[in-house]
Amino acid sequence: MNCGDFVDSVTAFLDGAMDEATELRFLTHLTTCGDCETCFDQFRQTITILGELPEERLATAARNQLLGAFGALRRD
Amino acid sequence: MAGAHELPPDEVLVQRLRSGDEEAFALVLDTWSGGMLRLASSFVSTKASAEEAVQDTWLAVIKGIGDFEGRSSLKTWVYRILVRTAKTRGTKESRTVPFTSLLPEEAEATVDASRFRSPGERYAGHWAVGQEPRPWHLPEDHVLRGEVRELIAEALDDLPPRLRAVLTLRDVEGYGSQEVCSLLEISPGNQRVLLHRARAMLRSRLDAYASSPDDAHAGGGERGLR
Repeated sequence: MNCGDFVDSVTAFLDGAMDEATELRFLTHLTTCGDCETCFDQFRQTITILGELPEERLATAARNQLLGAFGALRRD
Repeated sequence: MAGAHELPPDEVLVQRLRSGDEEAFALVLDTWSGGMLRLASSFVSTKASAEEAVQDTWLAVIKGIGDFEGRSSLKTWVYRILVRTAKTRGTKESRTVPFTSLLPEEAEATVDASRFRSPGERYAGHWAVGQEPRPWHLPEDHVLRGEVRELIAEALDDLPPRLRAVLTLRDVEGYGSQEVCSLLEISPGNQRVLLHRARAMLRSRLDAYASSPDDAHAGGGERGLR
């Protein structure tokens, strides 16, 4: 496995979608190539930040409208 | 993961919604709408249109809760209605592309080929000299971390629709790959290609930020010290 193959397969590895032999080649490359280890870590950091994004919110007017619609429909 | 609110189990929730429990409705509305807005934005062209797709979805949920059969989780059932609603809107706005096959820009290399040694060269396919990735020093500080999150949120908005939908569901909302394939009706292989491409594009946006020379706080000042 060269560096190009390695960076292409980061998601397959993280998803556990590799067969055993490929996974072993991936891990061997990871432990022997400092540059790819850096790249791998960058992927992990990217994923971490995506998980930290603040929640979006429904506008108050829309929220109130829906609460009203629920009340009205359920009362029928 | 966004929206880690405590919700009662589905059976209880559905029962309460069916009996017209407004508190239960407010709870699911407030817990899921944020993620739904983000997902809807992948399919439609404006923020306003995304809001409307989410509203239409909730109206359909209110009317249809009696038909929910419990074959998926309630949340997945709601999200499925959302995907359908948003896709229909997107098609009218000529925004949505069918999910059946991969587009060329979705299957591009993770890292530009020019950063690797060419075939025939010694160590072909390995990082070219001077092109190796540099470690990031992303800020831990709350305010600066917010700046990084803002950058990522913008980059997410800029992604092509399908990349954005998959990345939103997987990495922002924390859905597993099987559920995403089922929600978006794509194969596991395509899902992985889209997810990887999306992550790669965001990684390179962060890389530009974290290694930009005037961003000393982001570690740019330590360039070349490795």
